[in-house]
Amino acid sequence: MTVMLAATAAALFGIGTYLLLQRKLSRIIIGLGLLTHGANILLITAGRRGDPPLIGEGRVEGFADPMPQALALTAIVITFGVTSLLLALAYRSWLLTNDDEVQDDLADRAVGDSDVVEEEVADQQQVIAREEAP
Amino acid sequence: MSWLVPIPIVLPLLGAALSILVGRSRPAQRVVGIGVLAVLVVVSIVLLVQVDSHGTIVSDAGGWPGPLGITLVADRFAALLLLVAEVTLLVVLVYAIGEPGAERNHVGFQSAYLVLAAGVAASFLTGDLFNLFVSFEMMLTASYVLLTLGGRAEQVRSGMTYIVISLLASTLFVMALALLYSATGTVNMADLALRMGELPPGVRTAFAVLLLVVFGIKAAIFPLFFWLPDSYPTAPSPITAIFAGLLTKVGVYAIIRTQLLLFPPDSRPATLLLVLAAATMVIGVLGAIAQDDIRRILSFTIISQIGYMVMGLAFFTVAGIAAVVFSIVHHIVVKTSLFLVGGLVEHASGSNRLSRIGGMVRTAPLLAAMFLACALGLAGIPPFSGFISKLGLIEAGIADRQYAVIAVALAVSLLTLFSMMRIWMGAFWSPREDDAPPAPEPTAARSPILMLVPTAVLVACSLGIAVAAGPIYSLSERTAHDLVDRDAYVEAVLGR
Repeated sequence: MTVMLAATAAALFGIGTYLLLQRKLSRIIIGLGLLTHGANILLITAGRRGDPPLIGEGRVEGFADPMPQALALTAIVITFGVTSLLLALAYRSWLLTNDDEVQDDLADRAVGDSDVVEEEVADQQQVIAREEAP
Repeated sequence: MSWLVPIPIVLPLLGAALSILVGRSRPAQRVVGIGVLAVLVVVSIVLLVQVDSHGTIVSDAGGWPGPLGITLVADRFAALLLLVAEVTLLVVLVYAIGEPGAERNHVGFQSAYLVLAAGVAASFLTGDLFNLFVSFEMMLTASYVLLTLGGRAEQVRSGMTYIVISLLASTLFVMALALLYSATGTVNMADLALRMGELPPGVRTAFAVLLLVVFGIKAAIFPLFFWLPDSYPTAPSPITAIFAGLLTKVGVYAIIRTQLLLFPPDSRPATLLLVLAAATMVIGVLGAIAQDDIRRILSFTIISQIGYMVMGLAFFTVAGIAAVVFSIVHHIVVKTSLFLVGGLVEHASGSNRLSRIGGMVRTAPLLAAMFLACALGLAGIPPFSGFISKLGLIEAGIADRQYAVIAVALAVSLLTLFSMMRIWMGAFWSPREDDAPPAPEPTAARSPILMLVPTAVLVACSLGIAVAAGPIYSLSERTAHDLVDRDAYVEAVLGR
């Protein structure tokens, strides 16, 4: 059973890492989802297996360890929240650029490239900044 | 006094909820936000005084004693950083209210800001490694919202990078927790410190390095820093200021706490930390020199300063750690003030690009003076607070015979001065070049008083750190003794 869980976690980590390295936002988000599931499965594996830990049902020595399950539940809730926010941002990014690709950092490119790009970037940023100011 | 410990976590969360309820009225929201943070400043002063005179205060959530329940621990390190954090949060909130931008345009600003305050406080006060994960997430989720407020294309792009990197770090954290739990059967930090000794040395070192990677991403140490200069500059200036001051330092706090408390001296990756520290210092400052945008220069110098803190930790001596504690206090205040001044420069001149502005020493002499005080402080020129922190670090390094890293630190210090002087020359001292591309019109002729006063207060705080360096440094030394003495912490938490 532990081997099965370990193999599942390993597979999720592998696929998740592969997807995380893509340039499409949707793939990155799915990849992160798989990675976090892999981590949660690892967390579940950390505890002892056994009967449901309910007082009055079964022997105390036979109980499963409820702690990692509580931890995994917390982790799942947190990842759920952050992933929803990430999806909302990805949608926003798609609305703004009409594309699902991760955009380059313009200022980074400007430092590496010529001055022409730099001015262009600066103008773009200033225009945006002024639109933003009320 | 143990009832005081949960207040810095519970009160801002209640305040955040209340802030949403009164969302229709911006003044009511402001009263809630400032009120909560002002109370927290008082609470953290009381906590620090109590902890310093009577020793570590432990509070068990729900009355479940550790290691079963979640313990909150206020020792000198946590209480000191909590006080600095709450003061900074309060000052920056006033600045944000004065700034025409983020706070005025968004209903959710105040509540996200209070959740951030709760997350930072919880990260400092928790005595439970899983609870540290939850606190980090609380803080980070609030920071995701604050970073992308407004939803401009640039913010969404950098926000995505920031969230993906942080979520990846959190996943690694969950993995580390799973492995630690299966190896030791506990996530309580004091209990972990006890049981870590039973593990084989190789496994201990693996855990130390895994936790270093997890918190290294949050603290932006080499080679895990790429997200920082990319994402921080895009947020509104008060947000960038508070992120620059606090968030990376919470990562440094977690590194120091876990490395010193959880691991016995033989399994700490000291050499690795020294190499990383040197690389972080050098790369950060070289990045700063290459930039033209004030906020990006300042963002890169954050990374370089993080290198100094990691260096002090890597000595693993009381003197080194005392210097790190002092430099964290100094750096939170000075870095935040620098970003606040940067925001004012942008406000007064219409641009934050050095090639487009200049001559501000005539038009805004007060700003120039404030910037110079902070910049010299950051670079470590006497008599400012940065000098004392660097002096402490270098003395500790010489005592530990780490001459190579000391040489790097001194060289980087000069380069930091150079990068600060580039801002000084570009924005303030030299007149604007005639052929420079025109800067957009400034948004207002005069800086709003609500932006100017908080900045001046924080700059005064940074000068105050230099004036009161004696008491603060001896407090840092007591803190360092606490941190090195693992048994005392374990005894305070577990009572054995």
